[in-house]
Amino acid sequence: MRHPPLYVVELPTVSGLAGPLLFVDRATGAAVGEVVEVVAPDGTLRPGQVLEIDGERAVIEVFTGTRGLDLASTVVRLSGEPARLGVGTGLLGRILDGSGRPVDGGPPPMPETFADVHGAPINPAARLHPTEFIETGVSAIDGLNTLLRGQKLPIFSGFGLPSDELAARIAIDARVPGEDEGFAVVFAAMGITHRQAAFYRRVFSESGRMHRTTVFLNLADDAGIERLLTPRLALTAAEHLAFERDLHVLVILTDMTNYCEALREVATAREEVPGRRGYPGYMYTDLASVYERAGRLTGKVGSLTQLVIVSMPDDDITHPIPDLSGYITEGQIVLSRDLHRRGIDPPIDVLPSLSRLMNAGIGKGRTRDDHRQVADQLYAAYARGRDLRRMVAIIGEAGLGEIDRSYLAFADLFEQRFVSHSTRRSIDETLDTAWGLFDLLPAAELKKLSPDLVAVRGAADR
Amino acid sequence: MTISDHGEGRVVRVAGPVVTATGLERARLYNVVRVGEHGLVGEIIRLEQHRAVVQVYEDTIGLRVGDPVVDTGSALSVELGPGLLGSIFDGVQSLLTHGPGGAPAPFLERGVTRRALDARRHRRVHHSVEVGDHVEPGDEVATTPETATLTHRILVPDGVSGEVTALGSTDATIDDPVVWIDGEALGMRTRWPVRTPRPVATRLDPTVPLVTGQRVVDSFFPVARGGTATIPGGFGTGKTVLEQAFARWADADVVVYVACGERGNEMAELLEEFPKLPDPRGGGTLMDRTIVVVNTSNMPVAAREAGIYTGITIAEYYRDQGYDVALLADSTSRWAEALREVSSRLEELPGEEGYPAYLPARLAEFYERAGAVRTLGRAERTGSVTVVAAVSPPGGDLSEPVTQQSLRLAGTFWALDVTLAQRRHFPAIHWSRSYSLYDLGPWFGSRTVDDWDAQRRWAIELLAEEERLGNLVQLLGLDVLAPAERVVFQTGRILREDFLQQSAFDEVDAFCTLDKQYWMLHVIRHLHERLIATVTDEIAVEHMARLEVLTDVARMRSWLPEEAEDRARELVARIDAEVGGAP
Ligand SMILES: Nc1ncnc2c1ncn2[C@@H]1O[C@H](COP(=O)(O)OP(=O)(O)OP(=O)(O)O)[C@@H](O)[C@H]1O
Ligand SMILES: [Mg+2]
Repeated sequence: MRHPPLYVVELPTVSGLAGPLLFVDRATGAAVGEVVEVVAPDGTLRPGQVLEIDGERAVIEVFTGTRGLDLASTVVRLSGEPARLGVGTGLLGRILDGSGRPVDGGPPPMPETFADVHGAPINPAARLHPTEFIETGVSAIDGLNTLLRGQKLPIFSGFGLPSDELAARIAIDARVPGEDEGFAVVFAAMGITHRQAAFYRRVFSESGRMHRTTVFLNLADDAGIERLLTPRLALTAAEHLAFERDLHVLVILTDMTNYCEALREVATAREEVPGRRGYPGYMYTDLASVYERAGRLTGKVGSLTQLVIVSMPDDDITHPIPDLSGYITEGQIVLSRDLHRRGIDPPIDVLPSLSRLMNAGIGKGRTRDDHRQVADQLYAAYARGRDLRRMVAIIGEAGLGEIDRSYLAFADLFEQRFVSHSTRRSIDETLDTAWGLFDLLPAAELKKLSPDLVAVRGAADR
Repeated sequence: MTISDHGEGRVVRVAGPVVTATGLERARLYNVVRVGEHGLVGEIIRLEQHRAVVQVYEDTIGLRVGDPVVDTGSALSVELGPGLLGSIFDGVQSLLTHGPGGAPAPFLERGVTRRALDARRHRRVHHSVEVGDHVEPGDEVATTPETATLTHRILVPDGVSGEVTALGSTDATIDDPVVWIDGEALGMRTRWPVRTPRPVATRLDPTVPLVTGQRVVDSFFPVARGGTATIPGGFGTGKTVLEQAFARWADADVVVYVACGERGNEMAELLEEFPKLPDPRGGGTLMDRTIVVVNTSNMPVAAREAGIYTGITIAEYYRDQGYDVALLADSTSRWAEALREVSSRLEELPGEEGYPAYLPARLAEFYERAGAVRTLGRAERTGSVTVVAAVSPPGGDLSEPVTQQSLRLAGTFWALDVTLAQRRHFPAIHWSRSYSLYDLGPWFGSRTVDDWDAQRRWAIELLAEEERLGNLVQLLGLDVLAPAERVVFQTGRILREDFLQQSAFDEVDAFCTLDKQYWMLHVIRHLHERLIATVTDEIAVEHMARLEVLTDVARMRSWLPEEAEDRARELVARIDAEVGGAP
């Protein structure tokens, strides 16, 4: 974040400290959203921001934490400006901390310009509807939950499930068929462990894509409150690359669950009336101010795509964090502990997974003419197989007819061959794998496939 | 502007979208104010002895104690007149499509409002009155063609009556006088405060359905023109797709689409496609009959709250001209959350789930603005506003307050089911939990075949029976079912998969005429009756699942609408041939 050169007012009137918050009196002139610099008793400087003003009192959140601050000697300096980040292509190849300061040993990046980290809402009437297919190389995504440029798609994960591996795989393998230029990754970590951070660093450097990547790191032992800032810095940097520098930017945010915990911490310190499970009532709005910063704009070449990791506390998809995320994002990829245990990798459960934008990005001229029908048929058959599996668990397989048995076999092979695969697949390979599975079912059961299509594809397949 | 005449106060507190000001003692509740150096638009929502509390419709970042708060002297209102159709507004009716250079600005700036109506455009005016005529509120004084199909009626406003003393030009802008009534000029542009319902002569019983072309809606759980429907459902269960299908296919004259706290990209889709799609009722494009009020989830939260009222006021305005209007609101939960957020900043005592105690009253006021009516004016026009409101219950749990209050108020309930959605059974409207309280059977019977209602009841009952049997099978296996029950089981599946499922993305199937709906159901019922008559033992049961006609039953959805009856009769004959058992 930019440290404004000119601090207009100095306030020695700190009157309270609570959690991540600092209260300062006689703060006339403070503006909501203004950046401040807190001078700690030991002389170190900490960035903060004005949250609320009430008469002469201002409430300030201190991004790097309030530990070590006091009432007597701590000083608050007002900047008169909202939080800004120096942005530009100079950020590519750099690793910064959660407040935007370099931690890779390099010099401070040379900004092209400064941008308000809160961004301005995209005018819905100026958006371009996403239609460009991103081939991630993962069948369960490309075939059934297709990702498009400008989409925001979370991975709903659980502790111990390989969400980092999946995100990394996509960051490396994703490409738009027929294009290779103008790609960048902005990676923002909120509260991840040193082990996870090392994993991502290795992935980016081994892939040879580090020079097209910007990393913002807030680690598990960094101040929690900073996590409210980190994704906004990343998105501000990404918006510049996408909409001013014509790049197709993939933003990876991990882990939004840690972000939400920080939000709750601030709400508690402000003594707000808590909402569901203690999270603030405005969490939907707050998350939207992060997630909605994805898309394409009329008249602009670049795009901003978000891939977000959300850990489901207790694997509970109705927990407010995944729930509100799901209400904002354009679908979700859901990882399943059961599939993971059974060695399916990536363990994507396609039934609760969804890509809402898929329809506009598939079909003739985009992916393949049979894509919609193949996806519908896979879903219908797999859902039936899963239902039967549940039934068999109770009544045994003996009561099943021949057709039902073929559905059971289909469900097993669908998971083992279609969902689970370790090497990158093109969309053609993904769809062809599906056709291979349809042979398991009697032709009359393939109701989602048109007769013409079965004639053409079925024949080619055999 | 003469705004400062009404009083100017000072900011003393800023908390999120809520600003407290002093010095506005003379202001009225719900007046619009301008806050700070950018002149952010706000509305006074509470007045105390020395303080006015303002909800601000824009981001409050940058506000300071001592910033000015200027009373505009008028309540939050919308501009009404010809030219609204095809427009895209934010929650407080600022036009989103025209930025500085004509094209929409990529990012929304604060303090910028754009007038809703084009004041320069000239319109052809056809007078309906002559000098000397006596006119009363609601009487038509002139018309002007607004789009290829919709004639805009210029009506005498509420509270005005008298003699027409002169006629204006037949070529006029919205601010030129159309007529003079007792010497007072009346133009095309009027204003109406959004929180006040527009008056009508009488309310009528809703007896005509809003035909939507969605089988599960029209055939099973229809909504009346002038009625209300609610669609609660967890994320990804199909609320938006359904609302957009209505916007596309419903037989309304005017569609007001209120996107309240939802996604920008799904709006982009609608805004890109509607101007290209022909209106199914003929004439221009879909956009020509549509007005969009959009406040996406990342736009200021208080304007979300206002958007619902802006939308319904515009809907009432076209209703008053004698049109059938569909107001599609997605999602009312976001509106309720905006209420909650503002309420909590006011430190009001929270009610259930933190919502303010007045939530039920506000919801009721909104739903009750729907209705089929006879309008003011001596022409006895009728018009309607149908409200279809999506609800987004946290965790998909329907016991939460917004869903429960909506159920109390709405006449039609479409229960979206997560499990159905996950299996890609769309629309995921659950057949046993949904209902419609409107008695529309007689109307449908008169438009199609008169056993429409009997057929509908047969199908709903069959699905109930299938569910009962399904529970048995889950415990004991298929073997427990008698042959006739196996038939019910199979017909249930056909009803669900081949009739109720309807893809919004399929070119042919996205819309289904009433005729086609009737004949599809007719075939399924016929098949069922033949099977009941013939399937009496295990061998027949095995055989039943392999009938060749089943493939054609599954493909009824791709029939062209005009050939539905012929194809149905043909298929019935083939069923009789293959199954036998003809009476
Ligand atoms: N009638 C339909 N035909 C085909 N697909 C459908 C249909 N209805 C819903 N879907 C599928 O379900 C997805 C989710 O639907 P939709 O966006 O309407 O959900 P929603 O209930 O509005 O969710 P949210 O509350 O998160 O906004 C769509 O993107 C589409 O893939
Ligand atoms: Mg929706």
